[in-house]
Amino acid sequence: MDILSLFVIIPILTVVALLFVKELEKVRVISAVGMFIQLLLSIKLVFDYIAERASGNTSEMVFQKSYQWFESINIQYNVGVDGISVVMILLTGIIIFTGIFASWKVAYLSKEFFISLIVLATGVFGFFISLDLFTMFLFYEVAVLPMYLLIGIWGTGNKEYSAMKLTLMLMGGSAFLLVGLIGIYMNSAPEGQALTYNILEIAKHNIPIEAQRFFFPLTFIGFGVLGALFPFHTWSPDGHASAPTAVSMLHAGVLMKLGGYGALRVAMYLMPEAANEMSWIFIILTGISVIYGALGAVVQTDLKYINAYSSVSHCGLVLFAVLMVNKTSFNGAILQMLSHGLMTAMFFALIGMIYGRAGTRDIKKLGGLMKVMPFLAVMYVIAGMASLGLPGLSGFVAEMTIFVGAFQHSDIFHRVATIIAVSSIVVTAVYILRVVGKILFGPIINEEHKQLTDAVWHEKLPLIVLLIAIAGMGIAPLWISDLIMESLDPIVNKLVMVTQ
Amino acid sequence: MDFTYTIYIVLIPLFAFLVNGLLGHKIKDSISGVFATLALGVSAILSYFTAYNYFFKVGKVDGVYEKITAFNTTWINFTDKLHIDLGVLIDPISVMMLVVITTVSLLVHIYSLGYMKGDEGFTRFYAYLSLFTFSMLGLVVATNIFQMYMFWELVGLSSYLLIGYYYTKPSAVAASKKAFIVTRFADLGFLVGILFLSFTTGTFDFITLNENASILAQAAPLGFMGLSVLTWAVILIFIGGAGKSAMFPLHIWLPDAMEGPTPVSALIHAATMVVAGVYLVARLFPIFSAVDPIALEIVAIVGGVSSLFAAIIACTQIDIKRVLAFSTMSQIGYMMLALGVSGMGEEGTGFMASMFHLFTHAMFKALLFLGAGSIIHAVHSNNLTDMGNLRKYMPITHITFLIACLAIAGVPPFSGFFSKDEILVAAMNHNPIYFWIEWAVAGLTAFYMFRLYFGIFWANDKKHDHAHESPFSMTLPLVILAIAATFAGFVPFNELVTSDGGFLDIHIHWNIALPSIAIGLVGILVAYIFYKKESSLPSKMEKSVGSLYTYAYNKFYIDEVYMFVTKKIIFNKISTPIAWFDRNVIDASMDSIANITNYFSDKIKTIQSGQLQQYITAFIAAVLILVFIFNYLIS
Repeated sequence: MDILSLFVIIPILTVVALLFVKELEKVRVISAVGMFIQLLLSIKLVFDYIAERASGNTSEMVFQKSYQWFESINIQYNVGVDGISVVMILLTGIIIFTGIFASWKVAYLSKEFFISLIVLATGVFGFFISLDLFTMFLFYEVAVLPMYLLIGIWGTGNKEYSAMKLTLMLMGGSAFLLVGLIGIYMNSAPEGQALTYNILEIAKHNIPIEAQRFFFPLTFIGFGVLGALFPFHTWSPDGHASAPTAVSMLHAGVLMKLGGYGALRVAMYLMPEAANEMSWIFIILTGISVIYGALGAVVQTDLKYINAYSSVSHCGLVLFAVLMVNKTSFNGAILQMLSHGLMTAMFFALIGMIYGRAGTRDIKKLGGLMKVMPFLAVMYVIAGMASLGLPGLSGFVAEMTIFVGAFQHSDIFHRVATIIAVSSIVVTAVYILRVVGKILFGPIINEEHKQLTDAVWHEKLPLIVLLIAIAGMGIAPLWISDLIMESLDPIVNKLVMVTQ
Repeated sequence: MDFTYTIYIVLIPLFAFLVNGLLGHKIKDSISGVFATLALGVSAILSYFTAYNYFFKVGKVDGVYEKITAFNTTWINFTDKLHIDLGVLIDPISVMMLVVITTVSLLVHIYSLGYMKGDEGFTRFYAYLSLFTFSMLGLVVATNIFQMYMFWELVGLSSYLLIGYYYTKPSAVAASKKAFIVTRFADLGFLVGILFLSFTTGTFDFITLNENASILAQAAPLGFMGLSVLTWAVILIFIGGAGKSAMFPLHIWLPDAMEGPTPVSALIHAATMVVAGVYLVARLFPIFSAVDPIALEIVAIVGGVSSLFAAIIACTQIDIKRVLAFSTMSQIGYMMLALGVSGMGEEGTGFMASMFHLFTHAMFKALLFLGAGSIIHAVHSNNLTDMGNLRKYMPITHITFLIACLAIAGVPPFSGFFSKDEILVAAMNHNPIYFWIEWAVAGLTAFYMFRLYFGIFWANDKKHDHAHESPFSMTLPLVILAIAATFAGFVPFNELVTSDGGFLDIHIHWNIALPSIAIGLVGILVAYIFYKKESSLPSKMEKSVGSLYTYAYNKFYIDEVYMFVTKKIIFNKISTPIAWFDRNVIDASMDSIANITNYFSDKIKTIQSGQLQQYITAFIAAVLILVFIFNYLIS
């Protein structure tokens, strides 16, 4: 069995095992063990990948495996990874593992909950290993659909509305995407040759420019909806606010990353001419996302809304970097996906824990929590610092790479857009410190909150894992950025060839 | 000579931070305090050793001190050429800063053993102090501007944590937030400046930048308003420096920062962090002087305005820490002005004077703050009105405070006299207007410092029940700093720290020194008449200047302007409408797509009623229509 397919098989086996147990305790243990194996496997994949590259394998994708699946329209189960997907898989491994622990307290229909959650993760893993557009799309849908159940059944607040809204908007996005993908397929090979869904094959061939002009915006918007592209981001605040903790973690942590990853690997890579022509429209939209999300976060009072708007801003930066078309900014985009994934998962985990204790997420009703839950409070401050781009934590590395990359363009348009994006660092500081100052510091507002307790082991564990990842990336970014950089060459070369 | 060991000067405080930060709750307070202090002691000794080796053992090569990269490692690659390194750069100004930082930090560590005793966050306090020292040391030894920016931000974090140390106090939380956001805003300029700089020059490295300053300045493409991109880059970078150094109009965070524990004010908001902006300009000085002269002129104007502005406000404040805060801002204004009026090489009196003043100021201002801490410790109040007559209770604090006041007032032979004199000389050479402004500020400085001195130690015959001299751990640093404040003026800065590392010929210019001594003495004399004994003179004076006093007392309402911009404009006029727009326009239009779909499906669903009669009626009608169409229209 090849290592990549294991990423799909292990979660499926975990789900099958879950079908046969009933007790809550066993459900938790099986999920935790399954996802722990998955995490170990993702770490092993990183090492295997580095070893494979060190041994001189310079092909674009390694560990490739391909099976014919649906011959008449040439759909294949075709998997392979490069440095980019390896780090995204590692991210997913970390988030799903920590997400299981963040859901430890789910008691209502817990078995079904864990099954849906793991199915969602399966889709994400499948997406990152796929080289075949159709399989990729299939896994994408597998990841999106359980969301409806997870929010609709286990959510809080106005959950039916939120679940419906989120699903419909994402489905709308995938409708665009499906048209785009089929369009790519129809133009994937020169006259007389067999059409293909294989990304590597399509990249060798230039899709006619007329087709690109039509299908690039569809594909980019399709992925962009998932990456909270303005004005298609409004599912994010409502969806996150109603979603249970682990779902918010997974959604903001990895699912939104499918958008950035797909925009880079499919939209930009396969349709470079159109990307070059139309990037200005999307630069404006993503620039708006970045600053608009941040300003929107400043006035919110619900912790989850603040983070949802913050995610709009941070994920906007991912797409912004993708559109800047050079190696540095692409590297920044991937780093920002990792960084945002980790810190937003940490944020949502913490918000879940605070909500579980205080019974509210309204910052006006919280105050002085540092006194009663120092561990959670310190973690919240650290997550906040990562979010506002403090050196030594992951956010700084990612943002600086994006800014330096974007600044390699010398024309006024890109300059102004970049400076506007850079100015978001101030707004970010404002909303982060506002929350931190309000809920953690100051006197305790609510007398009942004096009885609250600090984190227990199954809460500390995921937070510490995330903290190690955030700090590790922030302190020693060299290996991870080099890992990404070397895999960017094919994409950059194809795009740069067009612009010259 | 191998300077690789200097990396440990930086890393030891980091280690102390990690130990106290991670294991703090498991160790006893006294142990964690002593541990952090010892760790810093090692750093300080290594710094002195480095200074000795660098200045005397290695000495000058061909008449100049060389710049040595003691350690350098790549941290992240951006492109083939651009990368951030982490390293240690040894040159006169960085070595001088190492000595200043480790000395003041060590003394503050010792002092806090007494001052913070019994505080429930004792280990947290020491962890923060170590973190700050680490960041500040990392900043000054930076080999490239991006490393400096990184540690710049970390210094901002430690400042944030320490200002907000008493986190249950809302005013402290607000002050820490304000400090972070205002400096962050300034850092935006810094960052954009770095981006411009990196793009035009293709490097972050200080040595490469400075050595090729004139070539780079000539090669830089034109930006807008007739200035080159490089000029804009350094002006933007200077905004960052002005924010950190609390220069007008980015100074508003500094007075509020006094919410932090007093030893912190001495270390961060007097001696080290707030001079980072001065250090930044000094570090990039060759570039600053190579680009359009407007850049340095801006530095000089900002420095001059700040020093005058702050000195006026300092005369009216009654919170003694706030007086010292404005005094700090004013003195840093001096340093900035000195850099702004300076040139390179032979013309570099201003540069040397600025560094010299940075050094002496660190000593006497740290002494003033620690003295103020000792007083506050005794009377449990920051207000001048609660003090007076304290000389009888606190003799050591009294004498050391007096020495510091004499030093800052520029009375010879105390250290402030020498450094201030050089600044005035440089100002005179550049433009007499600057000289006269700074001359007036010198008088104001002497006045407000002695207003403070007389107000605290004389003024009345108040009885203080609990007031007593502070413990040894607090008086020892006072005495050491008093000695430094007295003699620091004799350090030969013209030999050691100059703009090009060479020797600078200086001597005392009596035509400048005499008026400045005179105005200092006048300031002291006025303060003596006003405040030695309780009298009605001060209030008469306040009345006679009328609204100027009210404006100055209210810090010229700059805070209110900021409040207006942030609360009224950004919060109410931008963010709130955006939030509304998002919910009611963007989201509503998404919802309405769903609603319209729903509406139509609701309407057309009646067609599918399940009743056969309806279906057949429709079927027959359709057939008839089609027949009609085919028969009469087509054929």
